Amino acid sequence: MSVATLEQRAVSPAAEEAGRIVVKDVNRIFRQEAGPDVIALDQVNLEIEPGKFYSLLGPSGCGKSTLLRNIAGLDHVTSGEITLDGEVIDGPHFLRGLVFQQPTLFPWKTIEQNVATGLEARGILKEKGHEVQEYIRLVGLEGFEKVYPHQVSGGMAQRASLARALVNHPKVLLMDEPLGALDAFTRMQMQEEILRIWQDRGTTIVFVTHDIDEAVYLSDKIVIMTPRPGKIQEVIDVPIGRPRNRNHPDFWRIRSHILKIFGFSPEHAESYQI
Amino acid sequence: MALSQPAPTGISEVQKKPFPIKNIVTSLLPLLLLALFWAEHTLLPDGQMFTKRRYLAESFPFLMGLYLVTFGASFYRKDFHEKLTYQAPLIAGVIGFLMLWDVVTLKLGLLPLPQFPSPGAVIAALIADAEVLFVSIYHSLGLLFGGYLLGLLFGIPTGILMGWFSSVNYWLSPILRFIGPIPATAWIPIAMVVFPSSFQASIFLVALAAWFPITIMTWSGISNVSNSYYEVARTLGASTRYLILKVALPASLPSVFVGTFMGLGSSFATLVVAELLGVKAGMGWYVSWAQGWAEYAKVWAALFVMAIIFSGTTSLLFKVRDRVLVWQKGLVKW
Ligand SMILES: Nc1ncnc2c1ncn2[C@@H]1O[C@H](COP(=O)(O)OP(=O)(O)OP(=O)(O)O)[C@@H](O)[C@H]1O
Ligand SMILES: [Mg+2]
Repeated sequence: MSVATLEQRAVSPAAEEAGRIVVKDVNRIFRQEAGPDVIALDQVNLEIEPGKFYSLLGPSGCGKSTLLRNIAGLDHVTSGEITLDGEVIDGPHFLRGLVFQQPTLFPWKTIEQNVATGLEARGILKEKGHEVQEYIRLVGLEGFEKVYPHQVSGGMAQRASLARALVNHPKVLLMDEPLGALDAFTRMQMQEEILRIWQDRGTTIVFVTHDIDEAVYLSDKIVIMTPRPGKIQEVIDVPIGRPRNRNHPDFWRIRSHILKIFGFSPEHAESYQI
Repeated sequence: MALSQPAPTGISEVQKKPFPIKNIVTSLLPLLLLALFWAEHTLLPDGQMFTKRRYLAESFPFLMGLYLVTFGASFYRKDFHEKLTYQAPLIAGVIGFLMLWDVVTLKLGLLPLPQFPSPGAVIAALIADAEVLFVSIYHSLGLLFGGYLLGLLFGIPTGILMGWFSSVNYWLSPILRFIGPIPATAWIPIAMVVFPSSFQASIFLVALAAWFPITIMTWSGISNVSNSYYEVARTLGASTRYLILKVALPASLPSVFVGTFMGLGSSFATLVVAELLGVKAGMGWYVSWAQGWAEYAKVWAALFVMAIIFSGTTSLLFKVRDRVLVWQKGLVKW
């Protein structure tokens, strides 16, 4: 956990070349053999500015994962198109890194080999292999290089999967509830680390979450989605300076605003998770 | 005051001693059993006549000396000492079993001859026929490894192709389902006429026996790989080649190894039956030849040798698996 700020800089002296994502008139309909078709995304339009931290926030089933998977290229839109820096996305690419809720580390690889996967898959492990160690240090996993995934905690595994996505220098980092499986304490720690890495590297981040606090704390913009059919309700700006204070009046104001959108009156809401 | 004193730590003090008395007594058990066996073998009157047993009678002092030397040497290495202590009751048990065998055959004549010779007679057969046995082992091992490796060489790629490409699966899986369940041994009559030599026929049969389970388990392993591994790999820039060789294959290796163990088992069976029936060499052939002359001591000797070869081969495969699947250690119970 004691990662010096100076060391991170060594990874990328210059900020990553950030990516602009444009989602245009996207529909995604799942046709089901049993039951009615599911409209997971309904006329979704969204422009994601380079280098910014975006959160997709909304209740279960509103199409957050579907949107993210389409940006990743793992799923295909029914109509419309998604572009990254002007190029239409039609499949996965290493410049669009993805982190799932489950770390999904390869159990047969050590932590180090897991992190190196992207370089190995692209056949540049020889030239760039030295960077693996730097990313392991960046996420605070030094000393665990040679252990296998089942020997580390969930939080450590998630750090490793973050490092594995970062090793490819992605323009965009897509994260689908990456902290959803972690305890509250580890979660807060990881929020700090994600912010630190994002500020250091300037990568565009699209971050899916259920947690209003988390969204307000992390994001430049919060994309509010609502289900049945999955739609973008509103894109909220979060003009609070960093580092942020969770008790700042602006923080409370934005949180209340979001709660209202989802039909909770802030005075009565016990929990801020949706 | 007495209450606040630490409890006596008898147990940990014993453990601190490098070689506890209890361990030493346990490690001497085999020696005791050897002495008993020796006494039983030389002092009791024989019930069976004309048995060759010179080697066994003469071996007792050597065996006891050998064990004593091993025992003494174990004091120089603590881990070896612990291993010996652990194995000692088992070794003693084996000696006890041999003694019992000796009693019911040689001494009391309770079991019919020639089918149930005494241990001394089996040892005599083993030594007398050492040369023929050695040639047979050599021949069997050649068939076994040749056939098994061939089975592996075809089985794993077939399984991968079937698991990955649905078109390959479409054509191969009916064949596999239809032909696979036939025991490889049933092909003996056909293989013997199709192949120019019985050696080639046997290699083919052993390979076939290994190929089937290895293919099935590789195929099922590949088709059960979680889709999320592929998705992660694809977002990291993996090509199809990478997905097959570096994701699908390692992910399905645990299943592949189950297939290799099953394949090894059926290879043994096929090997022995092929040698019993058609091939004029090898362990199987030796057994049927010895049986033809009613030399049951030799049959037993050959069975003993087979047990050693087959269990040795299986342990070798276990060692390979433990090496390759080292990442599973602690993840699953072996
Ligand atoms: N492969 C699929 N086949 C059929 N329907 C699907 C598929 N994937 C998603 N859906 C449907 O699309 C809708 C949106 O799903 P999605 O996973 O994007 O929601 P989500 O916002 O990520 O929800 P959660 O917060 O629970 O993860 C859901 O109604 C879901 O049932
Ligand atoms: Mg989801």
